[in-house]
Amino acid sequence: MELARKLCNAYGPAGREENIRKIIEAEISGLCERTEVDRLGNLIAYIPAGSRSTTRGEKTPKIMFCAHMDEIGLIVTHIDKKGFLRFTNVGGLFMERIISQRIVFENGTVGIIGVETKPETPKPPRIDNLFVDINVRDKEEAQEKVCIGDIASFQQTAVIANERMMSKALDDRIGCYCLIETMKRIKQSPCELYFVFTVQEEVGLRGARTGAYGISPDFAIAVDITLTGDTPESRRMEVKLGHGTAIKVKDQMFLANPIVKDKLVAFCEEAKIPYQLEILEQGTTDAAVVQMVKEGVASGVVSIPTRYIHSTSEVCDLGDVEHTIRLLVMVCENGLGQI
Amino acid sequence: MFKELSELIGVSGGEKRIKEFIRGKIEQDVDDIVEDPYGNLIVRKGEIKKPRILLTAHMDEVGFMIIGIEKKGLLKFSLIGILPQVILAKRVIIGSKGINGVIGRKPIHQLKDDEKKKMPKVKDLFIDIGVTSKEEAEKLVAIGDLGTFDTEYRENGENIYGKAFDDRIGCYILMKILEQTDLPMYCAFTVQEEAGLRGAGIVAYRVCPDIAFAIDTTASGEWPSDKDIPLYPEIGKGPVITIADRSIICDKQLVSLIINTAKEHDIPYQLKKPMIGGTDAGPIHLSRAGVRTAAIQTPARYIHSPLSIVSKRDVEYGVRLLTLSIEKVYKEKSLWN
Repeated sequence: MELARKLCNAYGPAGREENIRKIIEAEISGLCERTEVDRLGNLIAYIPAGSRSTTRGEKTPKIMFCAHMDEIGLIVTHIDKKGFLRFTNVGGLFMERIISQRIVFENGTVGIIGVETKPETPKPPRIDNLFVDINVRDKEEAQEKVCIGDIASFQQTAVIANERMMSKALDDRIGCYCLIETMKRIKQSPCELYFVFTVQEEVGLRGARTGAYGISPDFAIAVDITLTGDTPESRRMEVKLGHGTAIKVKDQMFLANPIVKDKLVAFCEEAKIPYQLEILEQGTTDAAVVQMVKEGVASGVVSIPTRYIHSTSEVCDLGDVEHTIRLLVMVCENGLGQI
Repeated sequence: MFKELSELIGVSGGEKRIKEFIRGKIEQDVDDIVEDPYGNLIVRKGEIKKPRILLTAHMDEVGFMIIGIEKKGLLKFSLIGILPQVILAKRVIIGSKGINGVIGRKPIHQLKDDEKKKMPKVKDLFIDIGVTSKEEAEKLVAIGDLGTFDTEYRENGENIYGKAFDDRIGCYILMKILEQTDLPMYCAFTVQEEAGLRGAGIVAYRVCPDIAFAIDTTASGEWPSDKDIPLYPEIGKGPVITIADRSIICDKQLVSLIINTAKEHDIPYQLKKPMIGGTDAGPIHLSRAGVRTAAIQTPARYIHSPLSIVSKRDVEYGVRLLTLSIEKVYKEKSLWN
């Protein structure tokens, strides 16, 4: 799990995924035939089909797996005379979850999110009632460290204990981790495999769209986190932490291809991998855009149940992570059927 | 040319006159002109090898569409890219015949007390073209006709005043570049940006660029505030470079290249306030397998209103910054090889 810890602790908000890409590139360079970084910054790893792949006349199916490298963050909009920064969101921020949290810029500058405290400050505050204090005395000092348009991520150290992981950016570094682990474990595949570590998911599923266009896959599986309904008085949802990998049926923008979804379920039944069916009422994943690329891609999603999403301490269960990897390995080694 | 570009009428979906004007002015400077099925004007200058560079500016402007004619000849309308706040009692011009009208509302004497305090909704307003019956009105306008503000172009020293600077200024910058440079490139004058960034994605799909620059205008931000928050950008202080807006996080290397170009040549520049608005750069960068894309904008006061103000200096600097940046892109092989 040290790799997961390293991935989660690293800086990589949407549009600034270089650090994450470097960590992943170093990890997978020996596990695939080639890697490529496309124009938007997606990291694409290719593993060719094994020798016993297809019978004559059949096309070898291409499967694209994707997990996004980026995390939520914030972007500097103003620097005031005293050196306080004003900012706006990069991806979905919840005001009540970010106040008093630490943030860090690409160059290592650290700050804390403060909030205006006038009686008329709205409750909960709006984003323009918040500011970042980077421990400087004035605007000039601030400008030596940051510039308008600089993007920060949250800063929080991952904790692994009691078979659970608590960290920032589990969304979706834990998905990246699952893909890397899958690449390490697969022996041979009847399919051409593309592992895509995408950019800019949190600002509108952007990298996955161009990545899929370049690959033209027949099948796609997105690996991402999903909400749970198992905390006190939580919104009702039939997904629980520690109850297995989650096979998505539907989310806000996506209906899983039924053949792909049923195949995922069948793999879990066959290998006795604990699984749950997921219906997510808010939010979506890269698969929502991938399935619409070119003439369409038969797509599914495998999710890791996660609590406190888009906070600085998201929580997942390591058993669920292991079950997810096992399912992905089965998909790689058996394929998802012919086209 | 600012006057003609500003006063010509070309609301989203009705860009014909702008297209004809631009075509006439650039024909001798380019090697190929295509009007695509969606209405975008795509021109090629020189023999394109590598890199494939695309510049875009949108021809359309904000305005309104006639959606109904009342018994007394008053016109109902819906707005394209405009808020009702800026249209009250303004002169307008409608349709291919250029019919004059005014945005009407009941006068002060007839408004009830609560109506006086409230901002009217578009459905409570109408356009009066000076007729008294539906029949008379139907001879002059039809449902679906497009219209916009009737604004005369003016100059005041460095500053120019007029409508539709968003994005005729961008069109002007592209036309100047086509006139002045010999570098091979595609330029596209796009349609329907104000209706939802519609034309540019289609252009990018056809052109398959390696590098794209969307050239637009952006709202300046010199408004008074009670908080200690610096306000920017300002007109007269140079072209505005986008780092990220609602439609794109611009390519980091390309943004650095533009900023370095500005610094090397002492061209003043400003950064755009992050995450505000969106431009043609959005759909372009997501075209096909992705395009390295940047956005350079001219700051303008009061865009999406009857009259905006732009500094000619910013436009000149914009032409220079863009030209020099393109030259630099040609040398920077890592961006497109």
